[in-house]
Amino acid sequence: MHSFGYRANALLTFAVTILAFICAIASFSDNFSNQTPSAQIQILNINWFQKQPHGNDEVSLTLNVTADLQSLFTWNTKQVFAFVAAEYETSKNALNQVSLWDAIIPEKEHAKFWIQISNKYRFIDQGHNLRGKDFNLTLHWHVMPKTGKMFADKIVMSGYRLPNAYR
Amino acid sequence: MDWKGQKLAEELMKILLIAFGGVAFIAGYVTSSFGTMMMIYAGVVLFTAMFTAPNWSFFNLHPLKWLDPIEAEKYPKPELTTESWKKRNSKHC
Repeated sequence: MHSFGYRANALLTFAVTILAFICAIASFSDNFSNQTPSAQIQILNINWFQKQPHGNDEVSLTLNVTADLQSLFTWNTKQVFAFVAAEYETSKNALNQVSLWDAIIPEKEHAKFWIQISNKYRFIDQGHNLRGKDFNLTLHWHVMPKTGKMFADKIVMSGYRLPNAYR
Repeated sequence: MDWKGQKLAEELMKILLIAFGGVAFIAGYVTSSFGTMMMIYAGVVLFTAMFTAPNWSFFNLHPLKWLDPIEAEKYPKPELTTESWKKRNSKHC
């Protein structure tokens, strides 16, 4: 505190420390938000189901995704990243997850949506295990904060099944 | 500034930043706006800087008492002669 420069430096350093503390509390306050998201996915059509030249199965689906993720947004949310994954079991792997569609939701107003599209990313198996396969469609989301900890969670929807023969 | 003024400036800086930083956080939380919190905090930092960094006169209420020049003149620095120079320079420490 002996000169102007000394005091200015001390003030700026302390101000940045307090800022870090404020951001930490802001991130901590996210734990107290009440989150009630909901989602539904329908498979409207299996467009085609073939075996590729290399021997891997591939499926093309038309999905109808309805979701309400508005309650995930807090004051400390920058965006929500949501994706739909198909999950199933094979003799080789206990869990296979294939991402079919994703989206970045930047604002709360856009978080309640209904979308009908064919899968954005290809649904290709490691092998030829997909005939007659039961699988789950899971909507995962990552709530990306402005500062601090990112929260991730999912909703699992089961009961989907692929046809027994190639089309 | 004098010693008491320095202490006052430091305490004032800490208190202002912590208290009004808390106010900024609460304001942002209540309005659900992160931007509000950041703007208020920036204002807090500028206000505190204007208040505690420069050398205001109210920090100098207990000015230091330096010695008068006359006291120092009573004890002049000794002058070095050539002999004392040689003696000085021949010492190997």
